[in-house]
Amino acid sequence: MSNILSLTTFIPLGGAIILALLLRGDDAAAQRNAKWVAMSTSLVTFVVSLFILSNFDPSDTGFQFVEERTWLAGLQYKMGVDGISILFVMLTTFLMPLVFASCWNVTTRVKEYMIAFLLLETLMLGVFMALDLVLFYLFFEAGLIPMFLIIGIWGGKNRIYASFKFFLYTFLGSVLMLVAMVAMFYHAGTTDIALLLSPEVSFASDPITVLGLNIMGGAQTLMWIAFFASFAVKMPMWPVHTWLPDAHVQAPTAGSVVLAAILLKMGGYGFLRFSLPMFPIGSEVMGPLVLWLSAIAIVYTSLVALVQEDMKKLIAYSSVAHMGYVTMGIFAVNQQGIDGAIFQMISHGFISGALFLCVGVIYDRMHTREIDAYGGLVNRMPAYALIFMFFTMANVGLPGTSGFIGEFLVLVGIFQVNTWVAAIATTGVIFSAAYALWLYRRVVMGDLIKESLKSITDMTKREKLIFVPLVTMTLLLGVYPALVLDIIGPSVEALVENYETAVAGFAPVTPVASH
Amino acid sequence: MISADIQIVMPEILLAIYAMLALLAAVYTNKDKSASLLTWVTSGLFVLMGLWIGINGQGTQTAFDGMFNDDGFSRFAKVAILLSAAAVLMMSEAYMKRRGLLRFEYPILVALSVVGMMVMVSAGDLMALYMGLELQSLSLYVVASLRRDSVKSTEAGLKYFVLGALSSGLLLYGASLTYGFAGTTLFSGIIEASAHHPSLGLLFGIVFLVSGLAFKVSAAPFHMWTPDVYEGSPTPVTAFFATAPKFAAMAMFARVVHDAFGHIVSDWQQIVALLAVVSMFLGAVAAIGQKDIKRLMAYSSIAHMGFALMGLAAGTVLGVQAMLIYMAIYVTMNIGAFAFILGMERDGRPVTSIESLKMYSKRQPLRALALLVLMFSLAGVPPMVGFFGKFYVLRAAFDAGLAWLAVAGVIASVIGAFYYLRIVYYMYFGEETEQLDGKMNPVLWGFLMAASLAMLIGVINLFGIEPIAQAAAEALVH
Repeated sequence: MSNILSLTTFIPLGGAIILALLLRGDDAAAQRNAKWVAMSTSLVTFVVSLFILSNFDPSDTGFQFVEERTWLAGLQYKMGVDGISILFVMLTTFLMPLVFASCWNVTTRVKEYMIAFLLLETLMLGVFMALDLVLFYLFFEAGLIPMFLIIGIWGGKNRIYASFKFFLYTFLGSVLMLVAMVAMFYHAGTTDIALLLSPEVSFASDPITVLGLNIMGGAQTLMWIAFFASFAVKMPMWPVHTWLPDAHVQAPTAGSVVLAAILLKMGGYGFLRFSLPMFPIGSEVMGPLVLWLSAIAIVYTSLVALVQEDMKKLIAYSSVAHMGYVTMGIFAVNQQGIDGAIFQMISHGFISGALFLCVGVIYDRMHTREIDAYGGLVNRMPAYALIFMFFTMANVGLPGTSGFIGEFLVLVGIFQVNTWVAAIATTGVIFSAAYALWLYRRVVMGDLIKESLKSITDMTKREKLIFVPLVTMTLLLGVYPALVLDIIGPSVEALVENYETAVAGFAPVTPVASH
Repeated sequence: MISADIQIVMPEILLAIYAMLALLAAVYTNKDKSASLLTWVTSGLFVLMGLWIGINGQGTQTAFDGMFNDDGFSRFAKVAILLSAAAVLMMSEAYMKRRGLLRFEYPILVALSVVGMMVMVSAGDLMALYMGLELQSLSLYVVASLRRDSVKSTEAGLKYFVLGALSSGLLLYGASLTYGFAGTTLFSGIIEASAHHPSLGLLFGIVFLVSGLAFKVSAAPFHMWTPDVYEGSPTPVTAFFATAPKFAAMAMFARVVHDAFGHIVSDWQQIVALLAVVSMFLGAVAAIGQKDIKRLMAYSSIAHMGFALMGLAAGTVLGVQAMLIYMAIYVTMNIGAFAFILGMERDGRPVTSIESLKMYSKRQPLRALALLVLMFSLAGVPPMVGFFGKFYVLRAAFDAGLAWLAVAGVIASVIGAFYYLRIVYYMYFGEETEQLDGKMNPVLWGFLMAASLAMLIGVINLFGIEPIAQAAAEALVH
């Protein structure tokens, strides 16, 4: 039991190694075996992770299941979960079997494809469990490699541009974080996240001057900015979101699902794990900026989504808008805001994943994502129309689905902090209804007049089966949000409390004009 | 007295005697026919000697009144030099034999240059340093133009010689200034003379010395010879240039700045930091347009030297330790990468264009994967070991108050990542073209796999190199 986190993390790696070493050939049988190995590996991982969840004690706000070993250069291999991270772990292990089920039709380089996704699963789980700065960075950054390959090898026409943009954009963000980590190591003398989170360790916040600029919040603000560079790109926040639509459009369906449902959440997780608790003063100084950026993101990307002609691009922009709510909720720094942000991330994991799978279903049949190429699908695909409808509504935030709870909590949280931002963000709810429903109208409703669509078939049993767990979770969380909120509640409360004590003594000083 | 001195320089003496005996034996017997055997014997000797120095050596001793040091630092460097030279010799045997390049002089010249390197890293005196440096350089000039009937190879040798001579001149001018103002060529004397308020002449001496040393490590802006020499020389020789001499030159650099000028760190720190920053950016930017993989590796090595210099610029124990670890990782990665490049052939003829790698992963998935690991490691992406090299260096720079250098370094590494990704792109995403030959020499295959596996497994504990490098750094830094 004491090694259960490492076990969970490295089971997929084991599966990948087995695939790489033992599986030979590329015929149909070998491909089927590869898919089954990957599928069963991810199922085993999910089952093991259920043990973590069932033994998790939500009332304890510290880290649980902690493992610790010394590593090199004064670092340590330390893993652990708390109320904030455990649900991301569960989200990952829950979605990966569905991801593997969704790529059952892949026929090119199947073995490598499965290996790439299994490696990605290990790395994603590592990100959410790592309790050492550099270990976190290692998992965080290494995830770029399989994703780069997934987009580049199995992607669409313009995949090379998209894969390079994805890699270099995120790499640039992350290396600045690395420098900040080195700085933290230097100042605090440790890279242990649990220690860095404790109130005893705090970084200097006296104003300093860099290149003639007077920096309020001092070193904390600088480190906050470095971490922000990484997480804002990953999230992604406006205006550094431009890599995401490209990556989504070019990535294969399974790649898009992982990207939207899990990889984006690393940014939000990073804000909660590092930016807020470790640099409270930096967050206090920079917080308003994030709130406004989020508000712009929500309105702007919703409008951009309205005019998209490519379904995946539209959903990608809608993801950016929804992530705007997340960043807004986080930097509202109150119980409702952060609860809502985490809830929104979990729920967005199910909903956006499902939406990309919906696109994948018709893409597999027609090999196009152009909205204009479709219309009237309801006539031939009633089951598909129903499921797509459900997730469109969830995406809009219809009460009764999980999408509503997240958005509502965030708006409640932000209203207490900044009414203007809240007002602007609320318009986003309307915009999101506009683009989502319009997309649905153009693809599914109407008469089936396009010649090419006349012979389209409805979803197969396998495809329907994939959506069952997603629909269940979206509904369940929509009507009984306590399932999530009870787990994250105490940890979030502690986070907010620590934050408030840390910033209590801090009054932003206006720089005195010098003569 | 003299016997104790000789005891300390025994490895160098033995190796020199071996080289000369082998020369005589080969000349008077069957010349090139024994070259193959000689190559294997020489590399075997390197390995044995590396193990001997690594296991036996301990403590700090000086010989010939301080002209020669035997300390943890020099032993670390020597082991790295010997082992990497042995690896390159083993890799080059089959390649050179098939192309009629394997003359008996090759292993002997390599052995002599290794003797030079061993003296360089142990030198405790400017004259001893110069002696080792010239022995190394002269052997390398000849090896560079080993392919006598090729214009490019001869050009490479000549270019290397002329620019190398220029850099030696700079170094000597710096040495003479230093001698003039310090009154001695011994490092132990120079460090005393420079302890308090070094005179202007001494500072000039440092500048010239550092310029000469920068030539040898091919740091920008003294890098001009590197791409041409890398491209023109026979590939095994390029592989050699990229490994052992780089390590030796970097170790010598550290030796000079710490042993002779260790009390005035702030005076040379700014020069080294500038060299580091220029090298990192030049290496990263100039490599983007390269079409030849050997030229690309040349620019990549310039960028990597920039990173190693960043560690050196820190001027602390942590900095030297970081530099040593960085260099050890760099040499391992380069051995792997060059094992691959040596195996790049089409219809039995060597190919060096990057485009020839298109869709390599389809035919040779395992080898493509190994190169992918090495490329990501060179780019410094975790979890590959190359990342830890960068991490140590960044930490050292930050601890020494060079935060701006660390930020510049990571930005350069993002630019640099582009061209390593380009190789991955050709291997995995490109369109199919004429394929490279499928066969690969088992020795090359072994080194390629071993190097890339080391890049992955090393993440556990870096093969225990950390405490050794620390001890080595502590032996050097005052």
